[in-house]
Amino acid sequence: MAEKSYQAGVKEYRDKYWTPDYVPLDTDLLACFKVTGQPEVPREEVAAAVAAESSTGTWSTVWSELLTDLEYYKGRAYRIEDVPGDSESFYAFVAYPIDLFEEGSVVNVLTSLVGNVFGFKALKHLRLEDIRFPIAYIKTCGGPPAGIQVERDRLGKYGRPMLGATIKPKLGLSAKNYGRAVYECLRGGLDMTKDDENVNSQPFMRWRDRFEFVGEAIQKAEQETGEKKGHYLNVTAATPEEMYKRAEFAKEVGSPIMMHDFLTGGFTANTGLANWCRENGMLLHIHRAMHAVIDRHPKHGIHFRVLAKCLRLSGGDHLHTGTVVGKLEGDRQSTLGFVDQLRESFVPEDRSRGVFFDQDWGSLPGVFAVASGGIHVWHMPALVTIFGDDSMLQFGGGTQGHPWGNAAGAAANRVACEASVKARNEGREIEKESRDILTEAAKTSPELAVAMETWKEIKFEFETVDKLDVG
Amino acid sequence: MAVQHDMGNYDTANTLETFGFLPKMDANEIQAQIAYVLANGWAPAIEHTPPAEANQHYWTMWKLPFFGETDLGAVLQELDACHRAFPGDHVRLTGYDNYTQSQGACFVVYEGR
Repeated sequence: MAEKSYQAGVKEYRDKYWTPDYVPLDTDLLACFKVTGQPEVPREEVAAAVAAESSTGTWSTVWSELLTDLEYYKGRAYRIEDVPGDSESFYAFVAYPIDLFEEGSVVNVLTSLVGNVFGFKALKHLRLEDIRFPIAYIKTCGGPPAGIQVERDRLGKYGRPMLGATIKPKLGLSAKNYGRAVYECLRGGLDMTKDDENVNSQPFMRWRDRFEFVGEAIQKAEQETGEKKGHYLNVTAATPEEMYKRAEFAKEVGSPIMMHDFLTGGFTANTGLANWCRENGMLLHIHRAMHAVIDRHPKHGIHFRVLAKCLRLSGGDHLHTGTVVGKLEGDRQSTLGFVDQLRESFVPEDRSRGVFFDQDWGSLPGVFAVASGGIHVWHMPALVTIFGDDSMLQFGGGTQGHPWGNAAGAAANRVACEASVKARNEGREIEKESRDILTEAAKTSPELAVAMETWKEIKFEFETVDKLDVG
Repeated sequence: MAVQHDMGNYDTANTLETFGFLPKMDANEIQAQIAYVLANGWAPAIEHTPPAEANQHYWTMWKLPFFGETDLGAVLQELDACHRAFPGDHVRLTGYDNYTQSQGACFVVYEGR
């Protein structure tokens, strides 16, 4: 005889999905949501509703539930915490059994966790703050095509951040003029240059023409400088078929690296391209257009640390993280929190950095953190301190806006970077002593002296909109 | 906007990666970098190559990496010995990091002619 009988109707979510005594398993996928419910609904009910709607539940009981063991498959809200300094919202912790998710598919994980539940009427706002991926799940994901260690070995660049620049103007250059701008940056001392995210294949510069001229620019700069160079050829395209066609040609013209926009392109395209890059010995730079739409509101959406974790699983060798000091949004502690998620093999829970769970990354390769946007030579000591060696520091205007042009701008950045690293290694506090260190270095580099003069007044000091929750 | 400086010209330089854009280091500065390598627990190692082959991944090792060496002066002497034995070669110092299986530091100390 069956143990349960079917009773139609609407039940309270908390009867089944609020389980405060539950001890999460090592194989569970854990999520922390910041929940802002409608005022009249109890917290436990709202938390349980989030767990239910992001896993096995629906609004009404259905008879076919009794054909399976929902106790095994259901998500469980197992903890509720106050949000420091915010009486309206609370944190709900939910545990999901690993069998709810297809192996190696961040697409499937996100479709469940941030699917319909975000439009649920009982909620005013909902934000996915963090996910703890179990190591068992991580081992099913391909991750970065190469990773930090392999990229350094391929390029022969050690003991310092790498330097790059996005080619400007963003739109409108012909392919040949664009290649000129690339060549000038690379011969001057940058390691890599980058297509702007909205450069795909427009009428003024079709992708094939751009790839050919940029390929020549890379080779010429390599021959003249003796150093390895690259340009992130943006293969983001309207269809996967077109994307792979461009990827093939990027490899053919001799760039060691290409580029994709993982949010506008989508995780399916990204994971496929990452696998292609791994099989073809290509590095993959990841841009994050659209992220601020998803991650900037402090009470709704998905925190960037979650998107960063998903990207490490989907695959990419570089990911933009903000600069902390430049023109774009980014709190320092919070940024350091997700930079760790990109690069480390284990990241412990640390609420002061917005990290809600221990995260074991196992053997998954690391991703370079990319700082880009409104930065220049004066920021260099701070950037080296904040981001460390395993980073890509990108100076677009800060290279190409140099009064003597791209090559001199590149050299200025390279001198500033190396002087900062050298001083750091000597044990100096380079953020505090930044003026001395740069001034000293500029004595033997007129390019740096001119850059320092050009950008001495530029600051971007606005309050961060998305702050960490503190009391 | 008027250009505030005389226009300069940047000549492309053949540079040898990290610290290639800084003036040549003196013995004290090199020692400070070796001290950084040791403080991080990395193994200092010396490699050399003819300049024409500098862009190859593998340079020739000078002895084995100096595992467990704590004397800055000893590493400096080995760099000097390698330079005297191969005066025409580039000589670089590497800090092998066995945790990341990478190199925490790598820079050219002597440039060959």
